[in-house]
Amino acid sequence: MNKMIGSLREAMEACQLRDGMTLSFHHHLRNGDQVLNQVLAQAAQMGIKGLTIQASSLFDVHAPLIDHIKSGVVTGIETNYMSGRIGRAVSEGVLQKPVRFRSHGGRPDAIDTGRVHIDIAFIAAPAADPMGNANGVAGPAACGSLGYAMSDARHADRVVIITDHMEPYPLMPASIGEENVDMVVKVDSIGDPKGIVSGTTRITRDPVGLTIARYAAQVIEHSGLLKPGFSFQTGAGGASLAVTQYLKPIMKRLGVTGSFGLGGITGYLVDMLEEGYFTSLMDVQCFDLRAVQSIRDNPRHQEVSATRYASPGARTAAVNSLDVVVLGATEIDTGFNVNVHTDSNGVIMGGSGGHSDTAAGAKLSMIVAPLFRARLPIVVDKVLCVTTPGDTVDVLVTQRGVAVNPARPELRDALKQGGLPVFDIGELKDMAERVTGKPALVRPQGRVVAEVEYRDQRIIDRIHSMG
Amino acid sequence: MRRTMMFVPGNNPGMLLNADVYGADALILDLEDAVAPGEKDAARVLVRNALRAFDYGSAEIIIRINPLGTPFIEDDIRAVVPLKPAMIMPTKVAGAEDIHAVSAMILEAERANGLPEGSVGLIPLLETAMGIENAYHIATADPRVKAIFLGAEDLSSDLQAIRSKENHEILYARGRVVMAARAAGVDCYDTPFTDVNDDEGLAQDAAFARAIGFTGKAVISPRHVPAVNEAFSPSEQDIAYAREVMAVIQEGERLGRGAVSLRGKMIDKPIVDRARRVLDAAEALGLGGYEHE
Repeated sequence: MNKMIGSLREAMEACQLRDGMTLSFHHHLRNGDQVLNQVLAQAAQMGIKGLTIQASSLFDVHAPLIDHIKSGVVTGIETNYMSGRIGRAVSEGVLQKPVRFRSHGGRPDAIDTGRVHIDIAFIAAPAADPMGNANGVAGPAACGSLGYAMSDARHADRVVIITDHMEPYPLMPASIGEENVDMVVKVDSIGDPKGIVSGTTRITRDPVGLTIARYAAQVIEHSGLLKPGFSFQTGAGGASLAVTQYLKPIMKRLGVTGSFGLGGITGYLVDMLEEGYFTSLMDVQCFDLRAVQSIRDNPRHQEVSATRYASPGARTAAVNSLDVVVLGATEIDTGFNVNVHTDSNGVIMGGSGGHSDTAAGAKLSMIVAPLFRARLPIVVDKVLCVTTPGDTVDVLVTQRGVAVNPARPELRDALKQGGLPVFDIGELKDMAERVTGKPALVRPQGRVVAEVEYRDQRIIDRIHSMG
Repeated sequence: MRRTMMFVPGNNPGMLLNADVYGADALILDLEDAVAPGEKDAARVLVRNALRAFDYGSAEIIIRINPLGTPFIEDDIRAVVPLKPAMIMPTKVAGAEDIHAVSAMILEAERANGLPEGSVGLIPLLETAMGIENAYHIATADPRVKAIFLGAEDLSSDLQAIRSKENHEILYARGRVVMAARAAGVDCYDTPFTDVNDDEGLAQDAAFARAIGFTGKAVISPRHVPAVNEAFSPSEQDIAYAREVMAVIQEGERLGRGAVSLRGKMIDKPIVDRARRVLDAAEALGLGGYEHE
């Protein structure tokens, strides 16, 4: 017996795909993913309507989704992040039902507890065996960790592994275990490697970004957290990555060996592991080829599920053991609320991902951002959308200085003592506005097109359509 | 303390906007080589507006103008003097007479704008064989001259030398500029290191410039500022040694001894002078400096 099915169509028929179902997808193949488009094209051909897409993230490569919405194949989206093209279409009102945004921790919690019910999980797997054991470390579309697919595999009514690289039974290691898999489909290709991992992620060369990163590393140094066992997470953005470059010599000088690096893992964190700055990496998502190789070869670099990474309903999650997280922002307001859902016109162009989870869990959550982008100040009176509530954000770091949440007076004193240029967040806002002027307020006033579900299940904000 | 002078193209709004955040002690807002001939007007306007709109904090403002003999210099000086920069940097300066000519133009502009005469300083850029040969005369040509600055790229071309990262071809010029500046009692600045990706080469080059007596060094990339600042700042060991020197000197004075020694080494006036300079610099940079009772 094996679980091989001849084609995607046959698998969808075998799963009894019908109108109104919820289909889930993970985003480990990022902007190279071909599976979501293949499944929806097939569903459209089958005449299916009214599907809800439960995707951990959506990228521009998934733009055909917009046509499936227009034709009624898809009528609902639940996701943790959507990039610009789909975000703009949603902001323009393409979808009648509001998008439900969750976080990387909130999504698995909703699935694990049954609040979200998945009819069929289509799990793109870079390598699989005929019984459905699957991983992300082999094959032409190797992406490393499959952490975001694990709750889906455990709880969906039907689980379909879609792969372009078969290996003999038993595939090892198995990120997704056969006990949860109903069928396996081999297709020609699940993803374009160029869109999956960038090959090498690059630290920014922008001198403003480097200045921000240097300050951010100094904030960590003087936060009191840089002690043996230190743990750290940073995004893959250029300035966030650059923080690692400045943190290394400080850790060396102080003789600090960290315990773990967490989250989306890049080659820079792999270097830190191999050079002994950290003793382990907990990886929910690989961002580049170095990370993919390392998770395959280095036993100190391990895959974690999204539940273990960040779920608020887990008995414990790694974010709760995290010392420092470095995060970005499109806007931050004087109450330290952060927006990474929309651009400065209120148009959707992102989502929390793990932003609000790590901010809530980490002992020090730090936002790095230039004081102005183009002609707009980054600090505003009120963000257009609250992704991450201000009471979970500790410090804003810009090229002209840092602001500390008033709830952390001891941190403010420590940073001042350490020689950092510390200001009130209002002072940073004034500083920016002296250069840019005070921008006119733009706030979309149309109907609600998306709701932001915080990790505690509260709807903390709603995004309106333009016009 | 002016250790780093960072070039900022006068026609680049983004660079002008953030020029002061990298920690350079001085900013050279450039109207010369960074700006194409057809854009000189626009750069003058942009630099003027930047200096009116932005607070560059503690960074000293230097404006590099086009050379004598070009059609731009008079407009440059008329545009720049009302902005009250700390210094103007005349380029391709060949001799004392160039300084006299530029200084006269500045004086006229100072009078026209009701500014105190002599308020704007000069940091001539020496980048020709003639300029290097006349370094001392240039440095002493006018009280406005506060420093001289070696420009190796144009100089190497004028020398018909082969430009190299090792900088052997500018060794004489470097020595000559330091010698002239110190004899004239002004500061001297080294040519920028031009490979923006060679951090090690930068550190070595800056350390060499510091060792042979330069006051500081120009940089063409914001990323070079920290390394150059470090090379021209006293190290912790420098400061510790200087403090020991001052302590044994004071002890010697208290005991009425003429000569004192530290770990078997005679402490004479040059060593004391150097220790004072280190501690003065350390105080200016907030690195501690003199021990206060």
